[in-house]
Amino acid sequence: MNAALILITLSVLLALGLGLAARRGHAMKLEEWTVGSRGFGAILVFILLAGEIYTTFTFLGASGWAYGYGAPAYYILAYGTIGYVMAYFMLPPVWRYARERQLISQPDFFAAKYGSPALGLLVAVVGIVALIPYLVLQFTGLAVIVQTASYGAVPKDAAVIIGAAVVSVYVVLSGIRGSAWTSVVKDILIIIVAIALGIYLPFHYQGGITPMFTALDHAKPGFLAFAASGKSVSWFVSTVILTALGFFMWPHSFAACFTAKDENVFRKNAIILPIYQLVLLFIFFVGFSAVLVLPGLKGAATNMALLKIVVASFPPWVVGIVGGTGVLTALVPGSLILVTASTLLARNLVGFLRPGRVSEEGVVRLAKTMVPVVAFVGAYCAIAGSATIVALLLMGYAFVTQLFPAMIMSLLPRNPVTREGAIAGIILGVLAVIYFTMTNTTVATLWPGGPEMLRDLNIGTWALIINVVGAGVVSALTAPGRGVLARGPAE
Amino acid sequence: HIGYLAILPILGLLLGPVIHNSATPFILGLPFLLGWMVIWVVLTSVTMAIIYALDPARAASKAEINRR
Repeated sequence: MNAALILITLSVLLALGLGLAARRGHAMKLEEWTVGSRGFGAILVFILLAGEIYTTFTFLGASGWAYGYGAPAYYILAYGTIGYVMAYFMLPPVWRYARERQLISQPDFFAAKYGSPALGLLVAVVGIVALIPYLVLQFTGLAVIVQTASYGAVPKDAAVIIGAAVVSVYVVLSGIRGSAWTSVVKDILIIIVAIALGIYLPFHYQGGITPMFTALDHAKPGFLAFAASGKSVSWFVSTVILTALGFFMWPHSFAACFTAKDENVFRKNAIILPIYQLVLLFIFFVGFSAVLVLPGLKGAATNMALLKIVVASFPPWVVGIVGGTGVLTALVPGSLILVTASTLLARNLVGFLRPGRVSEEGVVRLAKTMVPVVAFVGAYCAIAGSATIVALLLMGYAFVTQLFPAMIMSLLPRNPVTREGAIAGIILGVLAVIYFTMTNTTVATLWPGGPEMLRDLNIGTWALIINVVGAGVVSALTAPGRGVLARGPAE
Repeated sequence: HIGYLAILPILGLLLGPVIHNSATPFILGLPFLLGWMVIWVVLTSVTMAIIYALDPARAASKAEINRR
């Protein structure tokens, strides 16, 4: 057993140990298992929300995008920052409403706000469909990290199965508290690893960070600015806005907000989180350094830029630390996704099909039963190795963004959107996303002669416009007192 | 209306490449667009701290917490 494999094994055992220790002194009833009895202070909520910054998507994807695309990778830094600004204003009223009514999931919120269990069911289905590919992505990243960092000693399939089993055990036993505790260690490790790699590699290979960028600008002119077409400035602006709108619409991020003990937690976090995610810069530096050191990686192989340059530059014990950290970036977000997906299935899907016939104890028992099922569905998809996983993830992001208009409108003092309008908007938006994704439609294919600026817009923009227009028209038709199809008002 | 101040960093982040889509001149030793982004991320935190300090909603919820 090499040094790298020992360190990776230790990180898995650390995650398992911390996850299990988190349950000490807490009876795992439904509210405790799903939202930590709404007792998390600023630090634990900060860690839960910040945990979303450092997943395998950022660990492998951010360095991979810097390596493969250059400037377009900056969108990752921008959308999170704008997402946190929005959270300052959006999350306190959401949290207040949820606490008053003891809500524990995103579909609960929509169902209560619009007085419509059917809308709750729709939101649950959209959430589950979006979460599964996100979970698969974490397991796929885990497999790549473990196989590479163990120098091939652990095959991909074994890594995925062990990861799914470990995360299932501590999620079943500790719920969201286990995710929060392991998140603390994961974030400490990734900050140390990212800063160390992001400083050492440019200085070792290029003599510093500025010399690295100067060399890169000479070697690949235009790489550090946006292209005139394709991933252009209008692509950047539209993608940042869309992704920021969807940032807190992921069911696990939305539900993580319910864990806070007071609403000022979100306001404090909105100050710190933008600066906290600047650690991503160092991940970018690794990708940019790799462009000059390991040129020639193409397509999906660009996601390997960070691991390949680490393996080429360091002894096995350093590779083991990086690999162990990478494992945690997969397991911790994976655990949060598992808690949320299982809750959606048990409470909102089964609860809708059998209204009033499933007790609170029954829901938590069923949710815990669903954890290994969801984990192994994710593991199976990761092992089967669907090449369309990134497309599925982008589709998932586009799906959850469709929930934003109905959610933000529900926070207004007088909500102009009716329950029928909200349902119609979400369905139309989701159908548009499916159509655009399946047919590979872009604005350029819809409007070949259109101006370049509009042709490069993220196609999700149009799905969101269809959603808003659909919700507006149906709401006008069903508005209480004046709509031709009027029924009772939404709350 | 202190919350409207938050529009400033959002515009700052989005409009960088619209204003000057180039790697040069370097800012903070980084390519122009990345340096611009870093400055506006920091300014976002500063802006949110100012809003937090002057936000009547924050003060009201703090009073509510103390009352409970």
